Amino acid sequence: MKLSDAEKAMLDGGEGPARAKAMDLLVRYGEALGAERLVETNNVAGAFNASTPSVRELVKKGFDAVYSELNLDSPEVVPIPKMKVNTCQLITGIDNDMWQTQGIPQDLADQQKRAEAHFGALGINMFATCTPYQVGNVPVKGEHCAWMESSAVIYCNGVLGARTNTEGKESTGAAALTGRIPYWGYHIPENRRGTHLVEVDVEVDDIMDWGLLGYWLGEIVQEDIPVLTGKLKQPSLIKLKHFGAAAASSGGVEMYHVPGITPEARDVDEAFGGRAITEKLRYGKAERKIAYDNLNCATDRNIDFVMLGCPHNAIEQVWLIASLLEGKKLHPNCQLWVHTPRALREVAQRNGYVKMITDAGGVVMSDTCPAISRYAPKGTKVIATDSAKQAHYLPAILNLPVWFGTVKECVDAALTGRWNGGLQ
Amino acid sequence: MSVADTLPNNKIVLRGRKIVGGVAEGEALVTTDTISGWGGINEREGKVIERRHQLRGVSFAGKILVFPGAKGSSGYSAYFHMTRLNGVNPKAMIFVKMTTKAALGAVVTRVPTVSELDQDPLSVIETGDWVKVDADRGIVEITKKAKVA
Repeated sequence: MKLSDAEKAMLDGGEGPARAKAMDLLVRYGEALGAERLVETNNVAGAFNASTPSVRELVKKGFDAVYSELNLDSPEVVPIPKMKVNTCQLITGIDNDMWQTQGIPQDLADQQKRAEAHFGALGINMFATCTPYQVGNVPVKGEHCAWMESSAVIYCNGVLGARTNTEGKESTGAAALTGRIPYWGYHIPENRRGTHLVEVDVEVDDIMDWGLLGYWLGEIVQEDIPVLTGKLKQPSLIKLKHFGAAAASSGGVEMYHVPGITPEARDVDEAFGGRAITEKLRYGKAERKIAYDNLNCATDRNIDFVMLGCPHNAIEQVWLIASLLEGKKLHPNCQLWVHTPRALREVAQRNGYVKMITDAGGVVMSDTCPAISRYAPKGTKVIATDSAKQAHYLPAILNLPVWFGTVKECVDAALTGRWNGGLQ
Repeated sequence: MSVADTLPNNKIVLRGRKIVGGVAEGEALVTTDTISGWGGINEREGKVIERRHQLRGVSFAGKILVFPGAKGSSGYSAYFHMTRLNGVNPKAMIFVKMTTKAALGAVVTRVPTVSELDQDPLSVIETGDWVKVDADRGIVEITKKAKVA
């Protein structure tokens, strides 16, 4: 891989041992990819917080040891300087205020707070959400980013037209210290063009429909680039947030086009940009049902936990949930957790939405989610969620069955303790 | 005869590109399903945990993991990284589709890894075959397991 003089100097230790280790990892990673060079980035979204039980031992050696091993792949502990470029923390394991409700042991909650204080002072912005684009990090078309979080990556590429691959904990750690990432994959314009043409033959409008379409599509195209045409109603941030999260769970979709809607495709021709169409796919009623059946693995209709907000809820979604709950009470056997970024929780608090939800017996959480924290309310046997992504991961992570449906079906389940949902 | 050579002692040789250097040999564990790191494997036991996955409940610790590639969460590399710290990582990796997740995952697992082979490893290699991965030279040597008559 070709390095610039500045990059060579970093590799040789000219900017200290941490940036040398970071550059060493970027070189090993870039060569593994077959990248020819690195590209400059000033927008990194990664995972730095020490919030899981598995890092307890490392934390004893200090936060430099945590960053060295987990964010730079360096067994040698090097002192970590301030971040070189704009960097934010994505979703984390623990809600700093609500950790007791989560069931998190106090030592872990304290560990995360100490990690945040340490890394915060190094310039890592503690957004603590899977949706940085909802709370101020909205990259511009063409901007080179180094982001983790598969649901944010597909949003960054597909919806915003900024450029990132799905980076990892180690590559974002190295990018934050060097302002570099391998110039490969979605950084290169030609690689952003469509591969599969998808004719949507059944109307896709509400959030659940976008989730089902994404979940079906991801499994078929894996990491390829679908171009969506047909009976699609004008989407919104919320709908594309769900669609992308689903497609990046059942598969590894990082980029897509909706001609006329997304920024790199005014029409189908531009979406493919001269690239041959690999395959034409059709999404109809049967395909919709396949996705629905694959997402619903529960059989017991008694629900004891409802989770709403993956990816983290937009303020409009919190408002909808609050409205559906207003003046009502949750079923005594059922708990409800509503997840939204901390910055939006502040708005929800100010608007009275948090009170509407808590008066009904629900909880509004930030910073985390059950899949990331691996915590659900104690004794949970059956979960209901409006998120295709959580419905995909929770059975594996918590070993619990899940029902997937609309927000209304989920709120109904929280109020009645029963799953009455079904595919319409 | 294909590009792969069949040696006199019934060994099959595939040639590809080094992703991570080193040499290792062991028993192959093959899946045609892509693997998710976070939410797809348990990093303490080195096991696949994804519902509806061919290898659900199967451990890849100490195996030569042969798979199409990575999918899902960006936590892929971090979880394979932790399998190494916990001593339950695969001994070597052979994968088909190059992605940032698959590449970074191999780099931080620090095991010999090859990709871009001259034949589809998923059809040539079967679970239980003895496989030597010489990543430095980009060579995979396969000894087929004895067939039960």
